[in-house]
Amino acid sequence: MSIFTVLLGTSLCAAFGSGIAALAADRQPAILDWIVFPLLALSGIAAISVCLMMFSDFPGYAVVLPLGLPWLQWHLHIDILAGFFLGIIGIITFAVSLFGPGYLREYFHSDYSLAVLGLATGLFITGMQLVVMADDAFVFMVAWELMSVSSYFLVAYEHKESANRRAAFLYLLMAQIGALFILLGFGVLAAFAGDFSFESIRITTLTPFWAAISFSLGLVGFGMKAGIVPLHVWLPEAHPAAPSHISALMSGVMLKVAIYGFIRLVFDLLGEPHWGWGIVLLVAGSVTALYGVLYALMQHDLKRLLAYHSVENIGIIYIGLGLSIIFFSTGLYTFGVLGLIAALYHTLNHALFKSLLFLGAGAMLARGHERNLEHMGGLIHRMPWTALFFLIGCISISALPPFNGFVSEWLTFQTALQATKLESGVLRAVIPITAAMLALTGALAAACFVKVYGIAFLGQARSRHVRHAREASRGMVLAQGLLAVLCLLFGVLPTVTVAALNRIADDLTGYGVVAATQKGWLWLTPIAPEVASYSAPLILLGVFIAIVVWACLYFYARRRRRIQPEPRKPAWDCGFGPLNSRMQYSATAFAMPIRHVFRSLMRLHEDKVREMDPRLPTHPSALRYQFHADDISWHYLYLPVEALLHAAARRVSRIQTGHLRHYLAYSFFTLLLLLWLIT
Amino acid sequence: MNTYADLPLLQQTIQTLAALVLVSSFALLAQSRVIATIQVFAWQGLLLAVITSLIAWETGLTHLYISAAMTLALKAFFVPWLLIRQARKLGILREFDAVIRPGITLMAAGSLVIFCYNVVLPIQRFTQSITRDAIAISLALVMIGMLMLITRRKAITQVVAFMSLENGLFFAAISATHGMPMVVELGVAFDVLIAAVIFGIFFFHIRDSIESLDVDQLSRLAETDE
Amino acid sequence: MVDNLNAVAVWWFALSQTVLFVLIAPLFTSWVRRIKCYLQNRQPPVLLQPYRDLRRLFAKKVIFAHNASVVFRSAPYIVCGTTVMAAAVIPFLVVEIPIAAMADAIVLVGMFALGRFFLALAGLDVGTSFGGMGSSREMTIAALAEPAMLMVVFTLAMLASSTNLSTIVTYILNQELVIRPSLLFALLALVLVGIAETGRFPVDNPATHLELTMIHEAMILEYTGRQLALMELAAQLKFTIYAVLIVNLFFPWGISQSFAPGALLLAAFALAAKLAVLGAFLAISETAMAKMRLFMVPTFLAVAFTLALLGMLSFIMLESL
Repeated sequence: MSIFTVLLGTSLCAAFGSGIAALAADRQPAILDWIVFPLLALSGIAAISVCLMMFSDFPGYAVVLPLGLPWLQWHLHIDILAGFFLGIIGIITFAVSLFGPGYLREYFHSDYSLAVLGLATGLFITGMQLVVMADDAFVFMVAWELMSVSSYFLVAYEHKESANRRAAFLYLLMAQIGALFILLGFGVLAAFAGDFSFESIRITTLTPFWAAISFSLGLVGFGMKAGIVPLHVWLPEAHPAAPSHISALMSGVMLKVAIYGFIRLVFDLLGEPHWGWGIVLLVAGSVTALYGVLYALMQHDLKRLLAYHSVENIGIIYIGLGLSIIFFSTGLYTFGVLGLIAALYHTLNHALFKSLLFLGAGAMLARGHERNLEHMGGLIHRMPWTALFFLIGCISISALPPFNGFVSEWLTFQTALQATKLESGVLRAVIPITAAMLALTGALAAACFVKVYGIAFLGQARSRHVRHAREASRGMVLAQGLLAVLCLLFGVLPTVTVAALNRIADDLTGYGVVAATQKGWLWLTPIAPEVASYSAPLILLGVFIAIVVWACLYFYARRRRRIQPEPRKPAWDCGFGPLNSRMQYSATAFAMPIRHVFRSLMRLHEDKVREMDPRLPTHPSALRYQFHADDISWHYLYLPVEALLHAAARRVSRIQTGHLRHYLAYSFFTLLLLLWLIT
Repeated sequence: MNTYADLPLLQQTIQTLAALVLVSSFALLAQSRVIATIQVFAWQGLLLAVITSLIAWETGLTHLYISAAMTLALKAFFVPWLLIRQARKLGILREFDAVIRPGITLMAAGSLVIFCYNVVLPIQRFTQSITRDAIAISLALVMIGMLMLITRRKAITQVVAFMSLENGLFFAAISATHGMPMVVELGVAFDVLIAAVIFGIFFFHIRDSIESLDVDQLSRLAETDE
Repeated sequence: MVDNLNAVAVWWFALSQTVLFVLIAPLFTSWVRRIKCYLQNRQPPVLLQPYRDLRRLFAKKVIFAHNASVVFRSAPYIVCGTTVMAAAVIPFLVVEIPIAAMADAIVLVGMFALGRFFLALAGLDVGTSFGGMGSSREMTIAALAEPAMLMVVFTLAMLASSTNLSTIVTYILNQELVIRPSLLFALLALVLVGIAETGRFPVDNPATHLELTMIHEAMILEYTGRQLALMELAAQLKFTIYAVLIVNLFFPWGISQSFAPGALLLAAFALAAKLAVLGAFLAISETAMAKMRLFMVPTFLAVAFTLALLGMLSFIMLESL
């Protein structure tokens, strides 16, 4: 028990301490390399150790800290769900701490303060860990606010650009609105329980109406932070504005903390779910997934594209949660657990591959000084290791075997297939349709990442900086490599992971699923062997055998006749002469067929400007093409809301007439009203 | 779910043909060529005639054979021939009636099918006959016919939509109650026939008034200016 | 109850079945081409021509473009490897093979997706517009075909209560003659999806090298020698896989359920006959249709999706009582 306390304390205090230590970073930048990031790494390792201890049958830990208000002290509690999320936070923190030193070299000679960056990062990670450990609503909200406000400073870090300032303001605004909704949700629960601690909330039962109210408040509040459509508009603005390792933390971890909050609210605190909630989650998740991936395809800024993909993956997680709630509310507990496991697995996977991709984007930004896909190209020759790990990230996020993204999608599909066991005919028809939408999303994501990888890494370089880019520093490469190896590992060992996640589900809901008994650990058979089975290690073995066979054939043939090195010739150019880098396919062109098919779902603005040569009226001197995809949520939701608010504010501002007599009259009537109320 | 395989082969064929009739109504909805619309409508009539004769064979009710023969003669041959003749005289046979937003229309049709199935579910639980499943399909046919009426612009495709709506009602009749009384049957058939003839006459009048057979242009006949 | 020696024998059999599958893939393609030639009043090449083509290609020298990277060089092996692995998990002559439990229908779709991912990357690698165009179109068509494919898988899985291909085939084999509307629609949808995914008429033209009409050929334009041979073999194998899937999933009569030599021989004859008939149908339809323009392909795939959706709906409405 004491080792556990030590580890827990280390993870919190190391993160906080790195923030404090960073205050001296402005004067001594070397502190970052020697103290700040090693402390973060220590915090990450401690968090991972806590997670591993929880999964090896540790009974959990609860403590009441003498902080906070005298009658409302801080309750902290680590159960296996909290341990899982702490593990996720720990892994990504560790990877970021390896990545950070190399990346921040860029900022040593800039106008921005390193102390602020270090302090905010430390507080951000501390806040996230505290949210996961919270056992009463008060600590939860304090830690949530700590997380939001410190990440505001991180998003606004490069504040000299107005776009970043706008993005940070939007982010802070939506974070506060979301926090308000969460507070109200907890308020409803606390009103019934009479106390803010989760212990007492767990044992009270709410009336169905108030449970639905609390669910809706939690959905909107946590959804705003997680990024459900249409509450996602801050994501594509804020994630690109932050420095890349912070984007990795925000996209990989902070969104997961919102998922944690939602799971804690719905599965732990609210008790009996209603099937209507599941439908809402299912529909919201499907719309979010499709929306996210379509808009991602239209972007050519790499980080914005990755941010929209985060929206898509959160949608997939919500689909899993929705299916789980539908099955739980209709009494099919095994399939409900399967849905929950699929959602948790996807949470873990997304944290891993999204952070990997953002770190890769950071490396490309640091070395190639480009964020726009249209200016990149050929980076595989200049940055081979980054290219390899980024490729693994792309394959994982496109849900292709044998990496981890495929396993969680497979589990989600298997859960959706069990819809035939439901009673309601409408649900039995609607759930396969949402699964087909999920398949469309997955295939569009694969198309998007072919675009990203092909345009950024393959082909010829499209700009000067990219042509001369160097490989990233050792720490940056090591961080990406670590995450890539974990992606492969979680793809090849699904039975171990499902067994571990099963314990979380068992702890939360009291029901479990059998991961792989009948045929052994090699085969993932979550329902029954004859229903569905998937054996990733055997597939990998098949790959190795094939490679060995081919290598033997190759070397045998090589010995029989002399094989010269393959000559390099120019690519086929129709006889028109050498191809330059401008003649390649661009990112916008790659996405054009998909854009054409789905054009009615988006607001697309295409501008073709033809500048004519003044001397020759028929000869264009320049052709400019500009393309922009507007987010339709802005147009249909936010701008009308803003117009409404303005109109209402204008009406109310009529009180301010400017005449002294009117103001005196206001005081007079208020006094009369109060006197009357007393009587 | 494994009781479907225990059904006699005849019942299974009827179910399959019912599903094919649903496919034909989807095809009607998505067709933009006038001549293809009339051809698909003819196929729908043929399928209905086959289903009616199969039900007649299964239940032994001979009046259904007459019903099937009338459906074949009228809906599969006569009415399409009439429509094609009219269209050729008006010169609109080779035209296109573009579907407004085909993707959304097809999705709406799909959700209508699910909705109709949901509506019919309580009835299904209390009946024995297997052909009651086809009630859901017939209701969906009526709904899709109305959807087609809403989403089409040319008068001739609207006539075909109206006919397919009547097809849906006919299908409901034979699957739910094994046919209607003979008098009602004859009455409905003659109504449809007269409707087709009157439509043909009115086509000429409409075209003379507003020089077009686009029903959106009918607003030109309004007396008040807006 | 198989003891170790028996288990090893079964695994060897599964391996040799896969090798046989790979070997007959060019033969099936050649058969379809032959029927098309007869229909078009042309003299067809020798039936074993694709094998001679492959042998010729293997002997030729491999040349790379200037900026071809390791992705370009390794893509043929990955594409061919994933297709061979997909071939390994399909019930071919025998229904129950141990490898089939390794991957169910969704994993099959995933393996095709993995091969296609690397094929598209190889198209973008050389830095020409041909490759980019082919990759872009291929990924679009694949994205639109996925929902239809998955809906077909769902319909079959709902019928057989399993996504395992062996289980589905066994289920359909064991029921007496049943006419199911859901299977009819699923068959039509799978045929349409198969045409789109394997790049046959009317979606793509496998016989041309004009940039207006090619999708698959555009991506492999820069390949030479043994790598081109592997890409061609992978394409033919994918075509044969879809054909065997259609034939074995919807008309499985004749497939053997044990390892007895007599049953295997019967299964081989039955499969050959079924593939020959399917190939003839395909050749006739390809000759009768013209190629569609690219932006009609989404409509084509929407029809496939609607059919698959109707198949699933008719299963739920008409067949589950």
